Amino acid sequence: MAFPLRPDAPELPDFSMLKRLARDQLIYLLEQLPGKKDLFIEADLMSPLDRIANVSILKQHEVDKLYKVENKPALSSNEQLCFLVRPRIKNMRYIANLVNADKLAGRTRKYKVIFSPQKFYACEMVLEEEGIYGDVSCDEWAFSLLPLDVDLLSMELPEFFRDYFLEGDQRWTNTVAQALHLLSTLYGSFPNCYGVGRCARMSYELWRKLEEEEDSETKGRRPEIGHIFLLDRDMDFVTALCSQVVYEGLVDDTFRIKCGSVDFGPEVTSSDKSLKVLLNAEDKVFNEIRNEHFSNVFGFLSQKARNLQAQYDRRRGMDIKQMKNFVSQELKGLKQEHRLLSLHIGACESIMKKKTKQDFQELIKTEHALLEGFNIRESTNYIEEHIDRQVSPIESLRLMCLLSITENGLIPKDYRSLKTQYLQSYGPEHLLTFSNLRRAGLLTEQAPGDTLTAVESKVSKLVTDKAAGKITDAFSSLAKRSNFRAISKKLNLIPRVDGEYDLKVPRDMAYVFSGAYVPLSCRIIEQVLERRSWQGLDEVVRLLNCSEFAFTDMTKEDKTSSESLRLILVVFLGGCTFSEISALRFLGREKGYRFIFLTTAITNSARLMEAMSEVKA
Amino acid sequence: MNRTKGDEEEYWNSSKFKAFTFDDEDDELSQLKESKRAVNSLRDFVDDDDDEDLERVSWSGEPVGSISWSIKETAGNSGSSHEGREQLKNRNSFSYAQLPKPTSTYSLSSFFRGRTRPGSFQSLSDALSDTPAKSYAPELGRPKGEYRDYSNEWSPSDTVRRLRKGKVCSLERFRSLQDKLQLLEEAVSMHDGNVITAVLIFLKRTLSKEILFRELEVRQIALRHFIHFLKEIGDQKLLLDLFKFLDRTEELALSHYREHLNIQDPEKRKEFLKTCIGLPFSAEDSAHIQDHYTLLERQIIIEANDRHLESAGQTEIFRKHPRKASILNMPLVTTLFYSCFYHYMEAEGTFSSPINLKKTFKIPDKQYVLTALAARAKLRAWHDVDALFTTKNWLGYTKKRAPIGFHRVVEILHKNSAPVQILQEYVNLVEDVDTKLNLATKFKCHDVVIDTCRDLKDRQQLLAYRSKVDKGSAEEEKIDTILSSSQIRWKN
Repeated sequence: MAFPLRPDAPELPDFSMLKRLARDQLIYLLEQLPGKKDLFIEADLMSPLDRIANVSILKQHEVDKLYKVENKPALSSNEQLCFLVRPRIKNMRYIANLVNADKLAGRTRKYKVIFSPQKFYACEMVLEEEGIYGDVSCDEWAFSLLPLDVDLLSMELPEFFRDYFLEGDQRWTNTVAQALHLLSTLYGSFPNCYGVGRCARMSYELWRKLEEEEDSETKGRRPEIGHIFLLDRDMDFVTALCSQVVYEGLVDDTFRIKCGSVDFGPEVTSSDKSLKVLLNAEDKVFNEIRNEHFSNVFGFLSQKARNLQAQYDRRRGMDIKQMKNFVSQELKGLKQEHRLLSLHIGACESIMKKKTKQDFQELIKTEHALLEGFNIRESTNYIEEHIDRQVSPIESLRLMCLLSITENGLIPKDYRSLKTQYLQSYGPEHLLTFSNLRRAGLLTEQAPGDTLTAVESKVSKLVTDKAAGKITDAFSSLAKRSNFRAISKKLNLIPRVDGEYDLKVPRDMAYVFSGAYVPLSCRIIEQVLERRSWQGLDEVVRLLNCSEFAFTDMTKEDKTSSESLRLILVVFLGGCTFSEISALRFLGREKGYRFIFLTTAITNSARLMEAMSEVKA
Repeated sequence: MNRTKGDEEEYWNSSKFKAFTFDDEDDELSQLKESKRAVNSLRDFVDDDDDEDLERVSWSGEPVGSISWSIKETAGNSGSSHEGREQLKNRNSFSYAQLPKPTSTYSLSSFFRGRTRPGSFQSLSDALSDTPAKSYAPELGRPKGEYRDYSNEWSPSDTVRRLRKGKVCSLERFRSLQDKLQLLEEAVSMHDGNVITAVLIFLKRTLSKEILFRELEVRQIALRHFIHFLKEIGDQKLLLDLFKFLDRTEELALSHYREHLNIQDPEKRKEFLKTCIGLPFSAEDSAHIQDHYTLLERQIIIEANDRHLESAGQTEIFRKHPRKASILNMPLVTTLFYSCFYHYMEAEGTFSSPINLKKTFKIPDKQYVLTALAARAKLRAWHDVDALFTTKNWLGYTKKRAPIGFHRVVEILHKNSAPVQILQEYVNLVEDVDTKLNLATKFKCHDVVIDTCRDLKDRQQLLAYRSKVDKGSAEEEKIDTILSSSQIRWKN
């Protein structure tokens, strides 16, 4: 049960420093507006803020009342207002309305906008247009790395995915580069760099530029992290679209883990109240089951329950002195464990109930068939029925995308019929969702001729050769063939197993998908780390449409210790799933590495689909 | 155990790995329940004192003292007295975040060295040098004036670099088209989308629409940023002009169509959709748009009519089953369900009749049957359910047919808590024997299970089933009779 770390596993750097840094910066910013002030916080920033500060810290720095930024008039009567927001246009409009209403009422107050993690020129433009530029002062709170766990850093930017992979907006590359710069400043530069994907390459280049510009005070620093690997989410949509079956992933799919914590409702807590629970390595029970296939979790929990019972039972034969010791030394720990145990048992029960109800078994079967590429007709029918019965719109969409990517697009007849039925079942406005999915390459139609080339050549005629080359770049980076089947074959993503796949003793990363599929993203990382380069992977890179965007960059570093060479920072641009994290943790244990994850946000299939949906649920 | 065994085995054999089965309730769940009992039995011992090591959680589940919690408090009693807040302050227990002590070796001052001297003038060279000490510490505390350009001679690449650092930087001196385009190229080659947008804002202001569009057309990365920028600031007019210029007719149409989401009033929305019908969508989408318009048109009529009927209180179905929500803007399938529920018997000529909907929107048979079945079963109108699957051949014989497969029919009926007699009838119509047996067992259709076992001559299974029926029941008796029958040649 629960894989222990290898004794030779390298130590992880201490990331709590990042929290302190972020908090100190915030305090500094708050003090830039001396005196009492009301603080307006954007909803999406509340949870991350909760992780690094609390109300009393804010109060110490003269924050009076706290408000949520929402579409309601503010009732604040304070003379100083401070806004803590993401750089979004709608926030600017909100602030502008507020300030302009004050002006109209002849009221003067002080306003300060703190953008996190950075401000955008488009926001300043809106402030200017609304006539309040100069009335408000702007600052940036570069809080872009939140340690959610000992080995997991999140930028908490779920919008990265839509902004870049749908809209092609590169606004977050600088944020990523700044985050990498901060890490290299604190923990030493990374001697070995690898990456794949257009955004990975751009962020990397921008980061290097940053490093060159800065004075080299840190250059002599001994690197703590030996490797960095950057990966674009669109290298592997398949993994992110699969149902998760390791415990942490399943909890995320079922209850939504938000900023490292989850709301367990009454059905889990078996009481009348909900409970917000932090899920990380400090939860001893959770830590032992988080990476386990769900089928192992029951056995583990019952074993634990029995042990606990035995430990409590020990008190029966105790005399007074022993009892005193027991109560003062062990009881607290036991009680804590007891609480956690009953929570996770409750969660398991609730997951079981939900999954049984939605016929999870059949769903998984369909997913596996899609991954392996057999019985396509049957799977298509299954999806159709899903749609007809108005089962969750997100789920139906996800299955269609999975079918499309594994099959290089749907055959036109199926595409049309599924789309029509989808619009009939879930609403005609989803026409817009389909258009988005097509643009992002998530749900496409197999074209008889290559329409992409047609557009390309049409545009190329208009321009010079140099520009035409650029256009080709731009086009090929968007909608492209997924080639999943060929890649899967090349990289052996579907394990050939004789006999049963023992999920209790996983033999490879495929265990995170019941032994049916090795996550593509993790396989790429494994292969490159093994070779310390892309050598021999040319064909894979070509199939990934990434010939120009796969890179390696090694600096000769004598000072790199062998321990740090086994520490690998993996950067997921566009989000990573808990299944991928579990798979790489497993790989780390096998090979004696340790992975550190940096992601723009934790994601899963539902979040990906919601990001593409035009109609907000 | 609701899937056919055969299917499953074939699948697992063919793919050579065994997945964990979620519906294996017998085993896993009971194991789980057992552990739960064990843990719960410990409660008596554990719950003696208060949960001091548990976090305090307010009614909404937010830990007391967390920021999210506090905001809800403000919202709840905004304008409340100070005392209340004082109390809150005292109640705050911060076991939640468990923050490390702020005694950090990375104190603020060490990050802002030399930068925060209040009121001190920095030398010109200092201000001009592009090598800040640390960029991870925000450049705070310096009056904005210090960022101002000291020179008008920044090259395009310097300018772009300054923009990336968030410094105020005038672009006004880039007046020739060539300079402007060079600036844009520099921004694109640096990869920072924020800077690309900054330059685009400048270009939008200082170039005519036609020139700007022409130049963007050959610069796809910049173009994408511009389109996203226009979407975000909501400059729909310019966006449509741009699509028109680029001859991206489909995007133009979709972008126009998107606006309907912002129109709440159903009549106005309908009128707006009408303007979408002629737009250059793909042939396929044109049909969807037309359908969208027709659907809303119908819904408006149905809604007005039914609201009237409901409030008049004369119609039985509305009295017995008051409408939960308006039908406006619902998907077609939901509308069909609604019409099967409230208007099932209506003649084809009325707008609200299910048959009319089916014809107008070319709803496939399968979808129609599925929806009608769900609606009639919900009303427990078993007779209608029966009629749905009964077909007569030319000789007048009746036969049961279901385009969706009888196993689905059974599931839907069960979901709507149909009585066993009804279920039984449809379980019997399931063709595949294993599926039939599974369903019958799952839904406790004893007769079907018993008869099927008998027909299969499966004595072992029948014996096993005997233990599942009630002692002394008619089913048990029936099983015993069959088991003792000498007519059957059991296969096991």
